[in-house]
Amino acid sequence: MKKHLVLLAFAATTAVSGAKADSIAAGIAEYRAMLQDGNPAELFEMSGEELWTTPRGPKNATLEKCDLGKGPGVVAGAFVELPRYFADTGRVQDLESRLLTCMETLQGFDSDKIAKTSYNKGEQANLRDLATYVAGQSRELRFNVPQGHEKERDMYEVGKRLFYLRSGTHDFSCNTCHGEKGKRIRLQDLPVLSSNPGDGIGFAAWPAYRVGNGQMWTMQKRLNDCYRQQRFPEPDFAGDATIALGVYMGVNAKGAMSIAPAIKR
Amino acid sequence: MGKPMRIRAKASNGKTNVRALMAHPMEGGQRKDGSGNLIPAHFITDVEATHNGKTVLKAQWSTAVSQNPYLSFTFDGGAAGDKILLSWKDNKGDSRTDEVAIK
Repeated sequence: MKKHLVLLAFAATTAVSGAKADSIAAGIAEYRAMLQDGNPAELFEMSGEELWTTPRGPKNATLEKCDLGKGPGVVAGAFVELPRYFADTGRVQDLESRLLTCMETLQGFDSDKIAKTSYNKGEQANLRDLATYVAGQSRELRFNVPQGHEKERDMYEVGKRLFYLRSGTHDFSCNTCHGEKGKRIRLQDLPVLSSNPGDGIGFAAWPAYRVGNGQMWTMQKRLNDCYRQQRFPEPDFAGDATIALGVYMGVNAKGAMSIAPAIKR
Repeated sequence: MGKPMRIRAKASNGKTNVRALMAHPMEGGQRKDGSGNLIPAHFITDVEATHNGKTVLKAQWSTAVSQNPYLSFTFDGGAAGDKILLSWKDNKGDSRTDEVAIK
């Protein structure tokens, strides 16, 4: 009888703690839904749209002829098909790399100089706004990163190698944090990025506005910060390493709905 | 002229709900930059909303409001197509007014 009572009490407490955990998760989800209304990312989107159509740079031209993969000037739907191979540059490029190409060829900016500028400063801030705008034009579309070209497939393999590469002072890899289901760091859930983490998660959730530091972060910034957290050397801005990771994650996220630009704690 | 606001206004059941996102640094004046210098205060001091020319909201803000303020309020009346004007003034003399039609 006593054994039954003990078992019953144990079952009751686990049931209660289970229910409590669910209500906490539900509460956080409700909080996140409330945050979505009035997402400051929309302000960066508006700024990016203005930058797209404003003549700028040494050539005093707009970006309206920029080819993001679906033809010159086609912005709708471009974000969910990046990174992809571009014949004019002969390489696989992600959103920010391609924006740099267009800013250089169409507007005459020095893309190397922009790549070396600190995030949120000068033309990097404009690049951030442009990326946010372009991402927003693919809102709720599903990822369909192409693998038809040999270089796209190669970059997927490179990205996969980089994802599992353990290095740095702590011997971390992307997989260290993003390789196991149900894990979190403090209150941040960690999506598994070696497979499809689902709609609006991981690759499908950036660019995003981070409430915690009041900044608009692009995927390039997110990857840069991941490497900082792993105590790796700083990767080149919009360099092949980060593009390869984008291909790997993007292809893995095939079919997932993009919620960019999103909002994060 | 400040940066454009993002405003949405919806009428239902005799009331209109207005939601606005304003782009503003709302600098409190107590932060320091990388070199240790105080970043001067720069914040919205007054907000006013009008419906068809009549004031429906007036607010005095301070450094207590944070960056890129989100304002949401409801007033009685309003019908689809009516004009809502939202404007702000800040402590540096800058201002912004945006107009939206109620949906």
